[in-house]
Amino acid sequence: MEKKKFDWKKITGSREMSLVIVLIVLCLFVQIRNSSFLTSETLEDMFRNYAVIFILALGMMCVLLTGGIDISIGSTLAFSGMAAGLVMRDYMIPTPVSFLLSMAIGAGLGLVVGMIITKGKVPPIVCTLGFMNIYRGLTYLIAKSQWVAAYQFTDSFKNFALTKYLGFGLVNNMIAVTIYCYIIFFVVMKWTTIGRRVYAVGSNVEAAAVSGINIGHVKIGVYTLMGFLCGLGGALWTSLYKSAQGDMATGIEMDVIAACVVGGVSLTGGRGSVVGVFLGSLTIAIIGKALPLIGVSQFWQSAIKGLIILVAVILNVLAQRTMDKNNLRRREM
Amino acid sequence: MKKKVLSVLLAVSMIGAMLAGCGSASEQAAAPVAEETAPAKEEAPAEEAAPAEEAAPAEESGAAGEGTFALVTKSAGNPYNEREAAGFEEAMKAMGYSDSQIIIRHPESATADAQITTINELIAQNVSAIAIAANDQDALQPVCEQAASQGIKIISLDSTLNAASRLTHVNQAGTQIIGQTLMDAVKDLAGGEGQWAILSATSQASNQNAWIAAMKEVMEGEDYAGLELVEVAYGDDEYQKSVDQTQALLTNYPDLKVICAPTTVGIMAAAGVLQDKGSAVKLTGLGLPSEMADYIGTDNVCPYMYLWNPIDVGRLGAYTSVALVNGDITGAAGETFTAGEMGGYEIVEASDGGTEIIVGPPFAFTPDNIDEWKSVY
Repeated sequence: MEKKKFDWKKITGSREMSLVIVLIVLCLFVQIRNSSFLTSETLEDMFRNYAVIFILALGMMCVLLTGGIDISIGSTLAFSGMAAGLVMRDYMIPTPVSFLLSMAIGAGLGLVVGMIITKGKVPPIVCTLGFMNIYRGLTYLIAKSQWVAAYQFTDSFKNFALTKYLGFGLVNNMIAVTIYCYIIFFVVMKWTTIGRRVYAVGSNVEAAAVSGINIGHVKIGVYTLMGFLCGLGGALWTSLYKSAQGDMATGIEMDVIAACVVGGVSLTGGRGSVVGVFLGSLTIAIIGKALPLIGVSQFWQSAIKGLIILVAVILNVLAQRTMDKNNLRRREM
Repeated sequence: MKKKVLSVLLAVSMIGAMLAGCGSASEQAAAPVAEETAPAKEEAPAEEAAPAEEAAPAEESGAAGEGTFALVTKSAGNPYNEREAAGFEEAMKAMGYSDSQIIIRHPESATADAQITTINELIAQNVSAIAIAANDQDALQPVCEQAASQGIKIISLDSTLNAASRLTHVNQAGTQIIGQTLMDAVKDLAGGEGQWAILSATSQASNQNAWIAAMKEVMEGEDYAGLELVEVAYGDDEYQKSVDQTQALLTNYPDLKVICAPTTVGIMAAAGVLQDKGSAVKLTGLGLPSEMADYIGTDNVCPYMYLWNPIDVGRLGAYTSVALVNGDITGAAGETFTAGEMGGYEIVEASDGGTEIIVGPPFAFTPDNIDEWKSVY
């Protein structure tokens, strides 16, 4: 009896729970306004369209955990997606090769960012601001300001976002990739030394360095990983929209950072969880998908979006504060 | 010491990147090294070189005429704008102007702010004429008036400036005829009656709003009484947003018969959604043939759609600018001039109180002709 009560308190007081409550309220509200929201078709559309944001948020979480930030992700995504798209247009490569190529390019771009931040001691926001423009510019250059159009992709590539072979026939490929990423990240971040090192660097750099962690390697690692996921996102994006455009994913960094922050990832580093990031991304996805359904003007939709993000973050912070207080009280006793 | 060497190296690589940016597009390798210098040079390398050399060649090439002619498109990275620029450049060269007398600018983003910055730079370079595809009808007025006060001839093309800001406007196709054509397409695809929706770009885009208004006006006619416009959705010319809006339209209006998207990004996003869902909703609007080739077909999501030739819009923009600078025309209604091989054009009254030159009627892309057009633009 005692034990049960304790568990209940722990759950309601947790940061994730406060977000779950916000999400439930949000979903119920939308459902009342439009009963077609909570249907499998709408939900599948939502997870498919926002798979890229879900995946990028994982990488962004790692970057934020080390106390950094990466705002070049939209451009990295565009460059790797465009490069792979151009190769597919000109050489008709198989779909898996295109994905690997895009991921390799993305990882390479991320490595450059990580090297400059770590070796050049450039503040992450300044460095990635620069690369946001550089990579975007290079995207236009390699594509000569053209788009790669639907008819220039192979059928197998276009069908990737429509079929379910990676999800064992149960879920769409896009969603399957998202699920695999989340499982891998959950395990790695929670139970492996690699994951714990990322947390250690963000919580206390000096302590981490003293304990023998190579800070530079960890930082380069997270930016490379971020780039790698951008590459994956680029391939998914082009497959989903059947088109590679120079300006694709412009501004996506804001949604991804918002997803992380809403999910309880601290901008100062060291704090955040895979579950939180999932819920944060889900919030952004629901906002994007549901607001057009509730039948208010689009100008209100933007304002409402901002309001929901703000409320979610405030509740999150309050929950965190309560949790800290409880912990402190327990210690006193 | 080490720091000094490093900073020298950085400076050298920065200069290297700038030279690469100005010189040739193929030398991209140097660019990533210099972080904040490269972005400005990302578009159309020739444009950076042009202003610096502008003074000298302009005086020498007396044969074709003097002056520098600028084109400001809506934004970088859109093939439509590239074609428009290509047409402008081609016509200028056909008239004998040299590379250094042609300045083409693609702003970083499709905003009025970006265009204001660009126009200010062009004023500082003291160009003779600027042709602008306006991102906002009124926001550009102050900067355009400033340019005009220095004797620069301002025209708009593709998307109009307000009447007070421009001498005349090169209209890709008359607003009325576009509204009429699209409404007829909607009526045809809906089978005479039923619900239909519009997927537009941004709610401020002047050309979009003019066409939508024209369509609504046409719809008041008795022939179209059976059609019900259920919503005008705005996808902001962003792919993801346009997809979300299209899916919302399908969910909200199960009886929807036709979506009309008079914007190249919107129509493509909508086409993808309809094809993925195997929806029975038909699509028409204004789109680029190369991007839409996959979706155009008798039994496909988009039976036919329209567009004009952006190359012609750019060309006529060039001829109009030159005619204004040479004093052949002043931009008043009733004047006529010859636009090279494009033939004669007349300036007419526009519905907003200014004047305009209409390039021609919109062109239909059908399953029969799409294959030959998809490689053109």
